[in-house]
Amino acid sequence: MSGSVLEVKNLHVSIEDKEILKGVDLTIKGGEFHAVMGPNGTGKSTLASAIMGHPKYEITEGSITLDGEDVLEMEVDERARAGLFLAMQYPSEISGVTTSDFLRSAINAKREEGDEIPLMKFIKKLDKDLDYLDIDQNMATRYLNEGFSGGEKKRNEILQLMQLEPNIAILDEIDSGLDIDALKVVSKGINQMRSDNFGCLIITHYQRLLNYITPDFVHVMMQGRVVKSGGPELAKRLEAEGYEWIKEELGIEDEETAEQNA
Amino acid sequence: MTVETKLSFNQEYIQAFSKERNEPGWMATLRSKALEMADSLEMPKPDKTKISNWNFTDFQHSYKEAAKIASLDELPEELKEYFDEDASMENLYIQRNQTAAYNSLAQKLQDKGVIFTDIFTAVREHSELVEKYYMNDAVAVDQNRLTALHAALMNGGVFVYVPKNVQVEEPLQAIFWQEDNSSALLNHVLVVAEEGSSLTYVENYISHNDTEENVANLVTEVFAHDNAQVAYGAVDNFAAGTTTYVNRRGVAKRDARIDWALGQMNDGNTVSENITYLMEDNSASEAKAVSVGRGKQTQNFTSSIRQFGKETDAYILQRGVMKGSASTIFNAIGKIEHGGTKSNSEQESRVLMLSEKSRGDANPILLIDEDDVTAGHAASVGRVDPLQMYYLMSRGLEREEAERLVIHGFLAPVVAQIPIESVRKQLTQVIERKVY
Repeated sequence: MSGSVLEVKNLHVSIEDKEILKGVDLTIKGGEFHAVMGPNGTGKSTLASAIMGHPKYEITEGSITLDGEDVLEMEVDERARAGLFLAMQYPSEISGVTTSDFLRSAINAKREEGDEIPLMKFIKKLDKDLDYLDIDQNMATRYLNEGFSGGEKKRNEILQLMQLEPNIAILDEIDSGLDIDALKVVSKGINQMRSDNFGCLIITHYQRLLNYITPDFVHVMMQGRVVKSGGPELAKRLEAEGYEWIKEELGIEDEETAEQNA
Repeated sequence: MTVETKLSFNQEYIQAFSKERNEPGWMATLRSKALEMADSLEMPKPDKTKISNWNFTDFQHSYKEAAKIASLDELPEELKEYFDEDASMENLYIQRNQTAAYNSLAQKLQDKGVIFTDIFTAVREHSELVEKYYMNDAVAVDQNRLTALHAALMNGGVFVYVPKNVQVEEPLQAIFWQEDNSSALLNHVLVVAEEGSSLTYVENYISHNDTEENVANLVTEVFAHDNAQVAYGAVDNFAAGTTTYVNRRGVAKRDARIDWALGQMNDGNTVSENITYLMEDNSASEAKAVSVGRGKQTQNFTSSIRQFGKETDAYILQRGVMKGSASTIFNAIGKIEHGGTKSNSEQESRVLMLSEKSRGDANPILLIDEDDVTAGHAASVGRVDPLQMYYLMSRGLEREEAERLVIHGFLAPVVAQIPIESVRKQLTQVIERKVY
């Protein structure tokens, strides 16, 4: 089998009884890069969090499957071991746990007992990925995300992506708060992952990330739904013209929504 | 049930005990006076923990001498984990029950005048030196009923002495191994660092009396003279049957430093006091303590640093993890006395609750009698952050493993300070065993 398939069908998600997603359909296959764009507060991050299993989000309707397996029946860690990965917008700080100890535990969590990654192999790959992402070697011995700058946290998320090699990755606003050099480095890391065995869902507010990572599909989310899908040219048009034309075309009227970030 | 408060030891018993050990007159007198006082003194009053039903006073004191340890190979495997077998064959003291069973000190340290020996030998062979420090300025005989009882019935311990300007680079390690479940341990550790000297000392207390009741009444006194540095590490690991009172005190003179790293892993009820007196200018102390409470045990930990000198620096760090229906109070007391100008007192106490039924309390206390000082405190009691768990689990770690990482991370600031690697590892294992 080459590549996994993540299927989201008619997904409805609430947070504290407020419905944020109102029926999202999306299919991501190995080898494909999808971008989800849209104005603030339309549920993009909610979609990412719901797929990974964030404790605050409640799925009220619909389904998520990975290679036919029911993702919603899985615990968060089972989803990860099944091949899902979420680069988070606000990664937690874990005091007292070094980045490298954590990474090794995470890599070994996916492997059978007795088949742990050999230490030298782990160190070699870690050094290589740190170099590739222009990250100071000392990050490996710093406590995970503790005292990291915004840019360091994002790079660390991509480092984890490269180390854990998931089948399907979701990147939640990985570009926010990055300067142009950091954006290039992060994009380089993501592009390096491209293969038939790797599918990616890129959630972004800005088109500029897509100058460095070319998506195969672009989806526009508004008011908790995917309202329009297309190819890379759709992103370009959004960059040039904004979202108003889509609203007009589809007859969508503004309403108050709040993006729930967690 | 209330405990019989009448003491079951008399003067004849104590004098015979002292005589058997060929103790000098001052020690026999001190024991005798202490016993006299014990009856009328009050029990210690740990803040917010009721200990009136705990048995500290009814125990078996007489004991048989235990066998010496001819070779470390004959020790049980569990005990071997406590020391680096290659590194610290030297500078190691093992007390089996109340008997000095193994004692070694590197020749080069002996040549420099360093003393590292059991307390009875020290009392006999270094009588004047010991008398000068023993239960005078750090822990007073009449502090409370338990310190008096300790003075009267002291039955084990170790003496560490480092002469002027001698630096002891390798750690000195003491293992207090309670192989016998029945007789109480009243252990006394006395550490004296003369002017300009430095040393690292690490101790382990181990017992296995899960059900048999026993008592441990421990006193440590540390003296750091001008410009001396003492790093003191401890892992207390008494089994559930032992009720423990442990009183560790330090006295630091000018430019001296005493740092504590205490792993308080007892399974039984425990009252622990760790008090450091920064007596003179520019002295400093860090008091770090970590604890895991489980089962039904009740514990009370006080870390206190009292600052008399000018420009002194104090830092208290307490970390506790509570599970089962364990109940623990952490008191952190920073006190800057009048005249301690330009001193700094910082403290941080954090408790992590793993179960609904456990109770934990962190009491930050700052008492300041001087204007020109700086001070700060932080305290928190909380549960494992669900977002941290989500983050770690989203990388494939099982819930238990994620929680384990969070707990280790939480305790790391103290565990990392334990001076000997094997003891650090051993503490990590004890934590692991206690948490799961």
